[in-house]
Amino acid sequence: MNRRDLLAGLTAIGGLATGSLLLPAGARGAGRPVRIAIVAKSLGNGFFNAVHLGGDQAAAAIASAGGNRIEVIFTGPTNTAAENQIDVINALIAQHVDAIAISANDPDALVPSCKRAMQRGIKVMAYDSSVAKEGRILYLADATDQQAGDACLDLAADACSGHGKVAILSATATSTNQNSWIAAMKADLPKHPGLDLVTVVYGDDLSDKSYREATALLQKYPDLAVIIAPSTVAITAAAKAVDDAGKTGKVFVTGLGLPSECAGAVEKGTIKSFAIWNPVDIGYAVVEIANTLVAGKGGPGSSITAGKLGPIAFDADGNGTLGKPTTYDKSDIAAAAKLF
Amino acid sequence: MPESFLRLLRTREAGLLGLNLLLLAAIAPFFPAFLRPGSLAGLLDDTALLILLALGEMLVLLTRGVDLSIAANLAFTGMVVALLDQYHPGLGLAPVLILSVLMGAALGAVNGLLVWRLRIPSIVVTLGTLSIYRGAVYLASGGRWVNSNQMSPQFLAFVRLQLGGVSMLSWIAIACAVLVALFLRRSVRGRDLYAAGNNPSAALYAGIDVGVMQFSAFLIAGAIAGLCGYLWVSRYAVAYTDVASGFELQVIAACVIGGVSISGGVGSVAGVVLGALFLGIIKNALPLVGVSPFFQMAVSGVVITGAVLINARGTQASALRILERRPA
Repeated sequence: MNRRDLLAGLTAIGGLATGSLLLPAGARGAGRPVRIAIVAKSLGNGFFNAVHLGGDQAAAAIASAGGNRIEVIFTGPTNTAAENQIDVINALIAQHVDAIAISANDPDALVPSCKRAMQRGIKVMAYDSSVAKEGRILYLADATDQQAGDACLDLAADACSGHGKVAILSATATSTNQNSWIAAMKADLPKHPGLDLVTVVYGDDLSDKSYREATALLQKYPDLAVIIAPSTVAITAAAKAVDDAGKTGKVFVTGLGLPSECAGAVEKGTIKSFAIWNPVDIGYAVVEIANTLVAGKGGPGSSITAGKLGPIAFDADGNGTLGKPTTYDKSDIAAAAKLF
Repeated sequence: MPESFLRLLRTREAGLLGLNLLLLAAIAPFFPAFLRPGSLAGLLDDTALLILLALGEMLVLLTRGVDLSIAANLAFTGMVVALLDQYHPGLGLAPVLILSVLMGAALGAVNGLLVWRLRIPSIVVTLGTLSIYRGAVYLASGGRWVNSNQMSPQFLAFVRLQLGGVSMLSWIAIACAVLVALFLRRSVRGRDLYAAGNNPSAALYAGIDVGVMQFSAFLIAGAIAGLCGYLWVSRYAVAYTDVASGFELQVIAACVIGGVSISGGVGSVAGVVLGALFLGIIKNALPLVGVSPFFQMAVSGVVITGAVLINARGTQASALRILERRPA
């Protein structure tokens, strides 16, 4: 046997031995980058692509500041079924990643596999949509329900200069997120005495039904000033319905939507401004937080500094919030639409 | 003359027309604006896509088949033409229209070939192609949306053209209804279609290739669905994976209300158009009347079932009608 081969073999065996003796399974050897997996609700969604982008930005920022070399693994199922996300997590466990950050399709179904990942020494955190408490260390919420509701109502007040009839066009009558935002809006109404919330209707996140509901709103309330649509399907459908009815400039649409999908309506003026949490910031914060967790620091009840985004406080249950949604209007829509 | 007029009054179509008028009359006191010409034109515009798809579905139902992939075909074709327009906005409208019809027809032909050559039941074939076509939307788009600002002005303007107070979309539906009616009533192929569904064995002895008739029905239904793909995407100014998700059930419901028999051989264009309009009136009126969203589905279900029950009373007589009218 060639002498060099023998030497290499010995070194390898030695390396393996030290590795298995000194490091817990799944931990990284010297020179291997920290591998942080960002799991999306589903692939092919602009929102999560922007989260990935933010994650890569954070990884670059950390490395250039002399921190860990970080490899961001972006993955997810092709549809929003919880069982497919379980498969994704199991695959990540087999790859021995260092941290998993997940936007959960189901809070409970993912708990067993997340627990298994944590038993293998993988730091599991949730973002955007949480796993039940026992299945993750930390949860970074986009914004509180109150912040989302406030943002929608402020935008509505802004669109009609504080006075006018307002209607809400939501997703389905049973959507948890939308219902809690609407509850927050209703609780906040006294702060805007000029706004008159006339009704809440449901477009079921289908473009044709949302369009029809929006058209009905325009017919039923001829003096309607604003339609608030806290769903990206609803906001685009409502904007189209208002535009087709020739009411652009008389009735304004606002709410929560993706810049790329709202860009056309914003340029036309049907949507004056709308809000969405900034997914690039979410991705940035996720990688910063996951990196801190991998280093063995941080946890429930602590505050973690997320690079340029500053400190994020987590309560005893591990819940933290990134901050209020970002508002987009004519001035910055074009740049944002290119991102997500 | 009065005798034939009385006979006309007793037909299913006349009953359905009465039911539609009754429904409008019931809405009128609550919401008079609903009956304004502008609102009725809007109603027709909103129902045009349902009418078009129901016409295609009827052809398949006539041959004892069912096409569950019709909405998925619409979504796939719609996405492809939207992408074509997004990346080549200078092409104009003609390639978009031609591609939508050809591609829809090709997708329909896949269904038709499987049913015809392999003799697989159409419900199984189209259940499969439903998933395939939906999945293909995702493959074509990578899950991304095509939004209104990414579509060219002429792509969006065509369906909104107003001719005589009625939108182009409505005119297309009207033209298509007339064409299908002429095809079914005046052409030999059209009469063969009824025969193939009414009594396949007898049709075979009469020299009609039942398989070819099934294939033709799927082909035409596919072409109509493909055209609707463009119309839908243009009308709602957005193309994404879940476009028209679950719409096939409404299409079949419109056919059934319109008196098309699920077991084949019975149905008329007038019935289907009225059935689709009936659903359209309900869908447009419920949000106005202010029925709770939790009850909207139940209410429309009750009204649909009621309509089918009322309609079903004349079934035996009208099933024979087709045979009587067939020239010996």
